[in-house]
Amino acid sequence: MIVGDSKPLEEILSMIEGRDKVLVLGCRGCVTVCNVGGEKEVGILASALRISRKKAGLPPTVEEMTLERQCDPEYVEELADVAEKYDAIVSIACGVGPQFVAERFRDVAVFPGINTTFIGGALEHGVWAERCQSCGNCLVHNFGGLCPIARCSKSLMNGPCGGSASGNCEISPEVPCVWDQIVQKMSAMGRLQELEQVWPNKNWLTARDGGPRKRVREDLKQ
Amino acid sequence: MRLQYPTNVRVIQLPCSGRVDILHLLRSFEDGVDGVYVAGCMEGDCHFLTGNLKARRKVEYVQKVLESLGIEPGRIEMYNMSSAQGPRFAEVAREFTERIKELGPSPVGQAQAA
Repeated sequence: MIVGDSKPLEEILSMIEGRDKVLVLGCRGCVTVCNVGGEKEVGILASALRISRKKAGLPPTVEEMTLERQCDPEYVEELADVAEKYDAIVSIACGVGPQFVAERFRDVAVFPGINTTFIGGALEHGVWAERCQSCGNCLVHNFGGLCPIARCSKSLMNGPCGGSASGNCEISPEVPCVWDQIVQKMSAMGRLQELEQVWPNKNWLTARDGGPRKRVREDLKQ
Repeated sequence: MRLQYPTNVRVIQLPCSGRVDILHLLRSFEDGVDGVYVAGCMEGDCHFLTGNLKARRKVEYVQKVLESLGIEPGRIEMYNMSSAQGPRFAEVAREFTERIKELGPSPVGQAQAA
């Protein structure tokens, strides 16, 4: 899923300063699962914003709404009747949400309420870790199911660097060296010799380095 | 035991302090209350194992929210006491009421009344 973090309340308050009617807009997709932008978090943020407004003696018009997804136009369309009546929409979906809303409703000011951090998974309740960098050419099967692109600080493809020590990366003792993990895993599976394959420079054109990506599926497109 | 405690304390019963929700706490401040405290069981004595620990974390979360909004975080507190500690319940009610009196009325309630 796409994992995010709430922006500090102070930042959100300064974004919407001077705007009377505010809508806090949640998303039932990834950000609901990582507890940062679902219906519950919409309620919490909206309540905090109302408290702030009441304290300042301002009209506490902060309303709440949560869409099934903010990354699909048909769900964003649900805002059609109401979007124009707000002076600000605070979207707490991933970075796609505020953009889709802003593209559809050109006269409404849209603000992001969360920082989108990475594509990852939950290690346990309340702990998430990055697992994918969406490089556009998945190779994890060659490395025992562990991605050296997303999980090695240098995205090395041919073994660890000199900064690997006691199974950890030199950037922090809390970051495991994925190459150490790859070697352990491949050894345990009796596949260590597969790591002898030398990988040439990776073609990053399929990643962000090739510019913004777009995908057209002719079999689905109408 | 006919224990006296301040009449301004309004008790809201829950099956376990773990049932307390961040939204319950925030909404009460939204409605202009001057202070809220959660009275849970003694730590380690939760019938549901971790209800009171979870309640404490939610209280701490709301303390941070209040701080960000420029409201004294001391307006919300977590207390632990067992159901056999009636005198302690009354003592906490008095103690917290005193704290809130010192802090004065909530800025939210004041702005609403104005």
